[in-house]
Amino acid sequence: MTKTLTKSLGFAAAVALAGAVVVTPAISAESGGEHHIAHQQWSFAGFFGHYDKDQLQRGFRVYKDVCAACHGLSRVAFRNLVENGGPEFPEESVKALAAEWPNQITDGPDDEGKMFQRPAKLSDRILGPYKNEKEARAAQNGALPPDLSLMTRARNTHNEAAWPMHILLMARDIATGYQEGGANYVYALLTGYHEAPAGFKLADGMNYNVAFPGNQVAMPNVLDGGPVNYADGQEKYEGPKASQEQNARDVSAFLSWAADTSLNERKRIGWQVMLYLLITTILLFVAKKRLWAKFH
Amino acid sequence: MSSHAEESNRRDFLVIAANAFAGVGAAVTLWPFIQQMNPDKSALALASTEVDLSPVKEGQAITVMWRGKPVFIRNRTADEVKSAQDVPVKELPDDVARNENLAADAPATDQNRTAKGHENWLVVIGICTHLGCIPKGQALGDAKGDYGGWFCPCHGSHYDTAARIRKGPAPRNLDVPPFAFISDTKIKIG
Amino acid sequence: MSSHESNYKPTSRFGKWLDDRLPVGRLMHGQFVDFPTPRNLNYWWTFGGILTFCLVAQLVTGIVLAMHYQPSAAEAFNSVDHIRRDVNYGWMIQAMHATGSSMFFLAAYIHLFRGLYYGSYKAPREILWILGVFIILAMMATAFMGYSLPWGQMSFWAVTVITNLFSSLDSIIPGVGTAIVQWLWGGYSVSGSTLNRFFALHYLLPFVIVGLVALHIWALHVVGQNNPAGLDIKTKSDSVPMYPYAVAKDAVGLFAFLLVFAWFVFFLPDYLGHADNFIEANPLVTPPHIVPEWYFLPYYAILRAVPSKLGGVILMFASIAILAFAPWLDTARVRSSKYRPIYKWFFWLFVFTCLALGYLGAKPAEGSYVAWARVFTAYYFLHFIVVMPILGLIETPKKLPGSITEDVLGPGAGKGATAGAAAAPETR
Repeated sequence: MTKTLTKSLGFAAAVALAGAVVVTPAISAESGGEHHIAHQQWSFAGFFGHYDKDQLQRGFRVYKDVCAACHGLSRVAFRNLVENGGPEFPEESVKALAAEWPNQITDGPDDEGKMFQRPAKLSDRILGPYKNEKEARAAQNGALPPDLSLMTRARNTHNEAAWPMHILLMARDIATGYQEGGANYVYALLTGYHEAPAGFKLADGMNYNVAFPGNQVAMPNVLDGGPVNYADGQEKYEGPKASQEQNARDVSAFLSWAADTSLNERKRIGWQVMLYLLITTILLFVAKKRLWAKFH
Repeated sequence: MSSHAEESNRRDFLVIAANAFAGVGAAVTLWPFIQQMNPDKSALALASTEVDLSPVKEGQAITVMWRGKPVFIRNRTADEVKSAQDVPVKELPDDVARNENLAADAPATDQNRTAKGHENWLVVIGICTHLGCIPKGQALGDAKGDYGGWFCPCHGSHYDTAARIRKGPAPRNLDVPPFAFISDTKIKIG
Repeated sequence: MSSHESNYKPTSRFGKWLDDRLPVGRLMHGQFVDFPTPRNLNYWWTFGGILTFCLVAQLVTGIVLAMHYQPSAAEAFNSVDHIRRDVNYGWMIQAMHATGSSMFFLAAYIHLFRGLYYGSYKAPREILWILGVFIILAMMATAFMGYSLPWGQMSFWAVTVITNLFSSLDSIIPGVGTAIVQWLWGGYSVSGSTLNRFFALHYLLPFVIVGLVALHIWALHVVGQNNPAGLDIKTKSDSVPMYPYAVAKDAVGLFAFLLVFAWFVFFLPDYLGHADNFIEANPLVTPPHIVPEWYFLPYYAILRAVPSKLGGVILMFASIAILAFAPWLDTARVRSSKYRPIYKWFFWLFVFTCLALGYLGAKPAEGSYVAWARVFTAYYFLHFIVVMPILGLIETPKKLPGSITEDVLGPGAGKGATAGAAAAPETR
């Protein structure tokens, strides 16, 4: 028994070592890949990951000032913006924000049997400007601005590197608890607008983007019109300076939260569970060893 | 021999510790499985409702939903207020106000059933305290019972114009939910 | 069931009273306390217990999710999102159930390969083994229908593609395949009716699995456990009582397995799924790559390796059905591959084949991927119909230990008094 265990431990160690040796250069080699979706560092990735409240607040500003012109966030409620583990805005300011949100809630029927529009409340969802897909397409030259509530989870979590790098990067992501491919994608898309290379046929009204599959995207480079100002309305602002790159990073973080609002709680409970399981496994193993000692 | 006993003690301790750890883990795991049946976050978010009272004229009543329950809101006439105020508390079957905004032992005076400065407005949960039916008396043509308030058709409980039980099997006055006036024509329930 | 004495003695008066009327305590004590387990079992044998845990965990989390889930085309996707966002600990229970299916298959495949390596399918364990194959099939059906329930893009298109496999029967009797597919769908396309019946069946099938598992354990307790040496229990010193010895070892295995399980639940809940399933089902748009869950990838590779539609379907089902014939295809005189110097290599080649098919199943069906898928598909079947029967006849096995006790303690052991006394069941 001991022999088998030593053998398997040795094997595991060898695999880990081989993994570490090969993965390290792999990370630097990856950024030049075909899909141009680079691996990013996020505060919420990995074992100790949690959202940066200030970053989510900045990201929400970007969403509100830029994205919300076309995209809804209809699975997220205004109350979520107040809750723990999110941007944690003060309740009063979110109430005011909800009341002023341009896309009002359809309610009713009223006493005359008609549906009516009313300002949003904390319990209402954050709606986009379009009532349905047809209206959106009509307003956007046939393109559909998707709802962003689940966007980071709905984009590829896995790396697209070629064999055998693919397997090694997978091993790295599993070992470090990294599943932020969706945030990487959103960030890459928002910073991926370039001049189309010579000879590339760009359809009318489309924009060239290195991150988008097929490289043609209907959404223009929206963060181009000067960065969203973070300091506005605050007496003392000490956060990062607003730039297009920073805007893209912050809104990617915000959308990651929007798609996965329970991440902070999940990882907090997660490491407690891992710690408990580790201790119990060791205890059980030692107890088993003693119990079996006389049979070896 | 002593080393043998020592070893078996240590083994027992280890086995007990390992079992205890595993057992506690199993017990803690139960918690989320029990918690999941409690009202979820979206249900809790609807825990308060704001109601605009401006369209309700004197003598009229409306019913609104709060936490899935009907809430009766009546704009009482001066006569109705007076008849409720004139009843001595000791004549009431239930002499406690049943008002969540007041102390649990507040007497069931008409003042204690309403909000100060808005005595014409009565706000109560419209569920009979007997077995949970919805009393009649909200619509104009409804039977309002012997005391001009509400009448529960299930087992014949009569409530007065302050929604206090006067006759019949119901044990308590209709409950006044937690509410507050946020302006002269607007209340927030919950 | 098996021929060992139960030293069950009810201690309380109620215990005695019950034992005379319904000896359930005696049955449990005999089967799960005193039951003799070979003393040379390694940690690969803890996966039976782990699988029992997986089944119970899937049942419990599944029933809880059914309290919040709505099986309608309009609300299914929203209700799963609601579970993750708003239900108390819903994110945890949903992740446990979704990750749990992967963990269940992981454990089942390890269990299966362990059986293949140590010859656990060989006489007298044929029925035990075939029941295991049925369990795998029932698990696959359950997992497939469960995957449709979130009603995301991948759910919808997986159902469309897999149910359409039955339309290949049209090439035998025209019209029959189409009729079966429409019967499965309850319409002319995959729709809310399909979802609703899949939900009902997804709720039912796990209880069928429970029944099959009960038979599987029954069969196991009749013939006794196989072991790394592939020898039978002959003397008392060859075995230890299940409780506390095997149970203690199973507990270590289970908790080590839970470490992996919890890692995925809490740190990688999306990793084993597919991003497209976070987009609501849309019957007008097919995702660019339709890929099944990882545990179906090898079969998917076999399906696509065959140029004929019907042929692919037949080969895919045959890849599982052929497992059931292993007890008769393997002609070797010894059970365990530990003592088969040549077959051992073929076993690892077979493992590599399954992993390679899994990798190819995730790749687009084009170019060299298909060519390699054909090579590995061919070996998958050759392993069973050529290697197993022929190698068993020509290979000379290594010398087996004299007994299970000798396997643990070395040659000559097991006759002395020490080992015999130590292995006697504890009466504590």
